[in-house]
Amino acid sequence: MSKVTLAEAPPGVEGSGFFATTLDKAIGLARANSLWPLPFATSCCGIEFMATMGSTYDLARFGAERPSFSPRQADMLLVMGTIAKKMAPVLRQVYIQMAEPRWVIAVGACASSGGIFDTYSVLQGIDEIIPVDVYVPGCPPRPEAILDGVLKLQEIVKNESLNRRNTPEYKALLEKYGIATDNGNG
Amino acid sequence: MSKPITKITPNAGVFYDNDPQDELITLNLGPTHPATHGVFQNVLQIDGERIVSGVSTIGYIHRAFEKIAEHRPFYQITPLTDRLNYCSAPINNMGWHMTVEKLLEIEIPKRVQYMRVIVMELARIADHIICNGILGVDTGAFSGFLYVMQEREFIYEIFEEICGARLTTNIGRIGGFERDFNDIAFRKIEEFLERFPPVLKEFEQLFVRNRIFIERTSGVAAVTPEEALSYSWSGPILRATGVDYDVRVVDPYSSYEEFEFDVPVGTSGDVYDRFMVRNEEMWQSLRIIKQALAKIAKEPKGVFHADVPAFYLPPKEQVYTNMEALIYHFKIVMGEWETPQSEVYHAVEGANGELGFYMIHDGGRSPYRLHFRRPSFINYQMFAPMSSGMLISDAIINMSSLNVIAGELDA
Amino acid sequence: MDKLDNQIILEALQDRFGATFVVLGEPHGLLTLGVESNQLIAFLEFVKNDPTLRLNYLTDITAVHYPKQEKDFCIVYHLHNMLHNVRLRLKVLVSGPTPTVPTATVLWNGANWMERETYDYFGVIFDGHPDLRRILNMDELEVFPMRKEYPLEDPNRVDKKDFYFGR
Repeated sequence: MSKVTLAEAPPGVEGSGFFATTLDKAIGLARANSLWPLPFATSCCGIEFMATMGSTYDLARFGAERPSFSPRQADMLLVMGTIAKKMAPVLRQVYIQMAEPRWVIAVGACASSGGIFDTYSVLQGIDEIIPVDVYVPGCPPRPEAILDGVLKLQEIVKNESLNRRNTPEYKALLEKYGIATDNGNG
Repeated sequence: MSKPITKITPNAGVFYDNDPQDELITLNLGPTHPATHGVFQNVLQIDGERIVSGVSTIGYIHRAFEKIAEHRPFYQITPLTDRLNYCSAPINNMGWHMTVEKLLEIEIPKRVQYMRVIVMELARIADHIICNGILGVDTGAFSGFLYVMQEREFIYEIFEEICGARLTTNIGRIGGFERDFNDIAFRKIEEFLERFPPVLKEFEQLFVRNRIFIERTSGVAAVTPEEALSYSWSGPILRATGVDYDVRVVDPYSSYEEFEFDVPVGTSGDVYDRFMVRNEEMWQSLRIIKQALAKIAKEPKGVFHADVPAFYLPPKEQVYTNMEALIYHFKIVMGEWETPQSEVYHAVEGANGELGFYMIHDGGRSPYRLHFRRPSFINYQMFAPMSSGMLISDAIINMSSLNVIAGELDA
Repeated sequence: MDKLDNQIILEALQDRFGATFVVLGEPHGLLTLGVESNQLIAFLEFVKNDPTLRLNYLTDITAVHYPKQEKDFCIVYHLHNMLHNVRLRLKVLVSGPTPTVPTATVLWNGANWMERETYDYFGVIFDGHPDLRRILNMDELEVFPMRKEYPLEDPNRVDKKDFYFGR
């Protein structure tokens, strides 16, 4: 008996020797179960992310086996910790360097809203500079909460239409953040 | 409304190599480089793989702790101290509490002092586990990290039992603890004392005589005691150079003078010595915890805070049922307490070195000025000068062994 | 020398410097002295190298802003003798808006970043410092944020309406 757990197949039409489903669903399934995280860890939440990657909680169970430290090969940007205004352009640069499709999780109160640091030097939430898909509350969130955030993102990824990144709505969203949509990765 | 304080400029912090004819290459190491474990930027001039010179840029998570502290009452500053060195948050909490207690001249019961010692030493172990585990990862040995990380999770379980939080604990109150250690906490501490030594032993065996590890670390970034003192180093990295300066011994607090433990020192101040000093400190911490448990057993049960109703927040059930407790609760929360106008400096031995709190108090609700002497900030300034002439890979290992925590570095 | 306390330090300093410094008190056993800024380096050098005092460990440098005083900036030095566990606090009062004191980097390498931090927070100019730039804040910052007149919160925020906070 194999210990491998198979992902649940998307709804489709099954017959003898074939299985038909939409391309959206099949690709979404593949994407959701092989997210490559880019940990952008600046402070306390990064230490909890270390615990999440570590032996007890093990994020690799959910297909995020390979933390990618290069933005070019990552699809899930995990922003963990306070982003100061000095750091903001760097974070944006990293986001721009990521290839489409790209998703962002803001882990922790600081990344989501500035947290307890309502000061002149801290960015009040990363959604001021880049679009965010999932917010994980907590200061810092427990590893379980980070895992939950990743699972929530997997749901989003599974159900995303393949065409979404080409829609005018998406382009307008990026333009709102001042991010050019034709940035080398199409 | 005063004038704009900060604005975001595009491409700040990105440096370009302007002169293609130059033989040296400019390399931006950081601010988000995976090898640096935090947001440190070093702009290096390199000749092949050798570093010619470097400039450190810090402040990428500057959060203005000292400015916030001027606007918060004492008990609300405790959560701020958590986020200084978040790998060993309880030491920071205790250091801050003791600073306030020194200002207010509060006498702390012995049992509470021993409880604090236990918590602080557990935090020290948790911090050293991270530093030494990561040092192993950086030299190419990932398995040691996985072994000890499990034990760190167990320390976090103990913290959860004591205060409910794992990492940024906000543990304790001014005057003691918010509640007594429960039986499970005591049992878990004892269990930890039993299960950690074999793991630590195995961890040591993986590294101490491992040829790859020795060749990567021995003789790398050796520092003389004179240099270290001139750069105001403190903590394990200073002790690795041979200076036996430990605040717990030199300037004892929380009854550390009653404990028997050794201060390990190194001889050459290189990365290998720092690793060994931290490892030995974990053994000494275990010794201290054992003694503290024995001492607690002799103290009267149930004492977990000093009798200072004017500063120690009463338990919530009493606030709802007891008139006096309600009055004190309001007085504390509204800041209507009488505090002396004074200034105080208190230092504790943090996991990275001397963690000092310098407070000037004018009798108001919050400190007039609070300055943190942050060991990471002061230790890290030697990194760029000492990197000159080093290989890049050695500089990375050197940085891991300094155990610079970004939150403490940038305040 | 097997003993050192505040009295011995005071006597040694009085022998050397006469009445050019003032004793500001001993809060919680920590001797606090006030020094003039032109005397500062000679003073630090003496306490660092004197064989009796040997206050050779620079613990910390920071500053305090007292906007109501005539000399509105106070630069504070903490020194430590590790052998006898004796600390000494030195204070230099200077007036703004560009307070200036000589640099201590000539005595300790470690003073470098401590002084840069103090400059970054308060705008204290350390005369002779090799690299006096901002360290924690962004280079584009136009003010010195730890001075009392500047607010904690970012005044540019638009989403934070005062009436939600009762002010």
